[in-house]
Parts: sequence; C-alpha cells; structure tokens
Amino acid sequence: MLYAILCYNHEDVVCAWSKEEDAAVMEKLGVVQQRLAEEGRLGPVARLMPTTAATTLRKDREPPLVLDGPFAETKEQLLGFYVIDCESLDGALQVAQDLGKANPGGSYEIRPIAMFQPGPAGA
Amino acid sequence: MTDFGWIEGAIAAARPQAMAALLSYFRDMDAAEEAFQDACLRALKAWPKNGPPRDPTAWLIMVGRNAAIDAVRKTSRNAPLPPEELLSDLEDAEAEAAERLDSSHYRDDVLRLLFICCHPDLPATQQIALALRIVSGLSVREIARAFLVSEAAMEQRITRAKARIGVGGAPFEAPGPIERAERFAAVAAMIYLVFNEGYSASGKALEAKGGLCDEAIRLARLLLRLFPSEPEMMGLTALLLLQHSRSDARFGDDSTAILLDDQDRSLWSRRMIDEGLALIDKAMLKKAPGPYQVQAAIAALHARAARAEDTDWAGVDRLYATLEIMQPSPVVTLNRAVATAKVRGPDAALEMIEPLGARLDAYFHYHGARGAFLMQAGRTVEARKAFDRAIALAGTAAQAANIRQYLDTMATRV
Repeated sequence: MLYAILCYNHEDVVCAWSKEEDAAVMEKLGVVQQRLAEEGRLGPVARLMPTTAATTLRKDREPPLVLDGPFAETKEQLLGFYVIDCESLDGALQVAQDLGKANPGGSYEIRPIAMFQPGPAGA
Repeated sequence: MTDFGWIEGAIAAARPQAMAALLSYFRDMDAAEEAFQDACLRALKAWPKNGPPRDPTAWLIMVGRNAAIDAVRKTSRNAPLPPEELLSDLEDAEAEAAERLDSSHYRDDVLRLLFICCHPDLPATQQIALALRIVSGLSVREIARAFLVSEAAMEQRITRAKARIGVGGAPFEAPGPIERAERFAAVAAMIYLVFNEGYSASGKALEAKGGLCDEAIRLARLLLRLFPSEPEMMGLTALLLLQHSRSDARFGDDSTAILLDDQDRSLWSRRMIDEGLALIDKAMLKKAPGPYQVQAAIAALHARAARAEDTDWAGVDRLYATLEIMQPSPVVTLNRAVATAKVRGPDAALEMIEPLGARLDAYFHYHGARGAFLMQAGRTVEARKAFDRAIALAGTAAQAANIRQYLDTMATRV
C-alpha cells in the first residue's frame, strides 16, 4: 500500500529557521530518506513553498473563484509531503516517527493513497 | 516529543501576533511587554512538561493576560496566586479557549503594532530599532550591535522612542479601508528600511547586520500571511527575497563589493529566487501595479538571467520608466540610465542623467555611474574626474574600492 505522509507545522516557526538550522534538519531527514530509498519504498518527496505563495481555486461555483492563500486557514500549515510504500499503517507510522525524530514539532497526517501517478515532471 | 530549540522558535515566531494582541488588550506598551515576558517564562516551564500547545500564539496571549490580571489581584487584595500545579491543569482549558480567538482580529492588531513603531515623529533609525525590539523581540544588545552603538546608548534610544510615541493617542478602533492602506504603506516602508539597514552593510558591519535582512523578510511574510491578497505586500516580499538571494555572491573574500554583472550567479539562492518569482507572478495577476511590484519585477529580470549578458536590459529599462512615473525621483532615473546605457549606449544614458547633476551632486552613485558612462563613451579625462569625485563622496571603503577598480581598468587600457 502506498501512503502519503502530509507534513504539517507552524510555518512561521519553520520560515524563521536560520540557513544552518534548516540545513541541519534537512540533513537529518536525508538520512531517513536515504534508508527508505535503498529499501525501494520512497516515492516523491515535496517541500512546499510558504502558503503566501499559494492560490486556491474554489470550483464550487461557475466561474470558479480564485483566492489568495492556502485552502484552509489553519494554525498549522501543510508544508510538504512524502509518498512511501508500506505493508501497513503500522509501518507507515514507524516511518513517520523516524521522520519526526529528525524534524520535531508539528504533525504528520498519514493518508493511504488510492491512485498514484508519479508523472514525468521533475523526474 | 518536545525540543527546547523548538520552544524558543515557537515563542519567537508567536511574538509579533502575541504582542499585538496584548497591546490591544492592555493599550499600554510596557504592560503588554511585561505580560508577554511572563507568559514566556510560564511557557518555558509548562511546555516541556505538557508538550507544546496546538496554538502557541493563542496560549501566550491567554496566559499573558491572565498573568497580568493575577498580578493586579495580588497587589490589590493580596490574594494568593493559584498553585503552580493548578495553573498547569488550567492551561489545557485555556488553550482550548484560546483556539476560539478570532484570528481575523490579529490582523489589524499586528498591523497596528507595526504602525505604532513607524510613528512619523521618529527618525528612520529609531523606527527600525523600535520595531526590532518590540515586534521582533531582538534584545537591546543585538540591536545595539547591529547599529554599532553601545548597549546603554541603544537602551536610551529605545526608551526615548517609546516615550515619544506614547500609545495614548494610538488609534485602537478597527481601521477603515483608507486608513488601513495608509498604515500598510508606512509599515511596508519601515520593513524595507529594516531590510536596507542589513543589505547596505559591508565589511565588518555585515556580520552584525546581516540578520536584519532575514528579520525584514520574516516581517514581510507575516504581513502577507495576514493580508494574503495585497499585491504590494506580495511585491515587497518578492523584492526582499530576490535581493537577499544574492547575498552569498555580493562580497569577495577581501569583503569588497562585487557588482551585479560580476557576481557568481551559482551562489545565488535558488530557493529564495523561486519563491520571489512565484510571488511576483501571483501579484501581477491582480493587475494592480505598485512601486514594490515594479522593483520586484526588475529584480526578477536579473534573477531570471543565467548569465549577466542574458539580462533583458530593455525590459529593465521599461520597468524603470514605469517606476519613474509612479515614483519620480532622480535616483530612479539614475538607475534607469544604467539600463539605458546597455540598450542604447552610454551617450543616451549621459543625456538622461545630465539634468540630475544639480540634485545628485553630493551623491556617490551619481558620480560613479556617470564616470562609468563617460568611460564607455571613451571620454577618459572626464571619466577620471567623475570617479575622483565619487571616491571623495564614498561612504564606505568598499564603495571607494569599487571606483578604484574602474580607475585601474582605465589605467591598464591607456
């Protein structure tokens, strides 16, 4: 089963990291990613730009409404996501815990993936 | 899992919004600062034990308010404070109540807090110092270091600035659209000042002031998140990101400034450029151009050029022409002339800046640019005179060194 791990955290905290702090977290995450990649379980990984760069299309009306900002105004923001291959939710939780140790604070939402197209872009 | 670094980060990130809410509650800067300090102390005790709250900002506001109210009760009635364990138990309930705080109120609170710091009676340097102290929460020591003055002098400066603005007359009612736009413009200008204070530093000062650029970007992002549809705020944030993206390439090993054309573009921060380009892209969809957007668009043309010779100078020239109309100033015209020289040659540029001579006679960059145009036009004697004048006006050793490079180039050519 493929799982998406959606990474939520306080954007203003993460954006305030110094270059060195950011690099240190990325390095620690890289170790976990490397292991998953070697096991052939790592799918696409994306870090998203700050929500200030986001635009939302509300398509529940015609014509659709274009709004600035992320879809949901939440206390924590969706900052990135992983796609990983795991036997079970238990396995996905284990991966999320490993990632969490490398990057404390915030939350991960683990969501089973129904359909997956890696797509040629950025490959 | 709790991490001490994370707690400090969360407190620092929460500061502008928490201070803004506490100020609008107490309507007194010192009371707000004290309440915030108190809440931070409690957070440092409670969060490692109970884990960080879902919404640190709301937690700090609620606890700050309550702590101040407790303090008033304590002094007025001598009633004992609740024991520490009880306080920790209460905090979950407080956090829950805090969740209900309407975040839309924060927006105007934060804008007001920043606006108070850019009081027109305060000189620019004091506005910056005040904003860094109150909004960003930098210590007096850190600010003193950035301004290259003693801690005592900075302490005094901030105290005086605070006394001068008072808060008594500050407008606490929700602003109307026109007022909000005015506050926005003042605050955006102040954020740009903070950025420039860091960006214009060189040599030894660079190390002390470099952090100001990051701080300005943080403030710009904060405002943009609160007002996500303001195209000028998108423009300002993009402009700061695009300029700051070059910071690793701007100075050589001997800390002399490296001009844009000569910078190693592989040292530019791709991540900042991408974010800046995304923001300017988004702003342009609004079709409400303004000076920050135009300046960001100019920076974007530089960022998009993989090599200096790939720069769309005609585009830069056109954008400066737009900026000249929006914000006429001899300095803008001078900048435009640099682009004009690339597109139409040095004579066109010289013609363009000739009328500025009277107003910019004491301006280092005027004589520097004029010297460069004259040199390109082959008028070496006049060029040398202009460069000598520029060196006499140079504010920093790095500026003078740059002009000397030109003189050296001319000397080797002759």
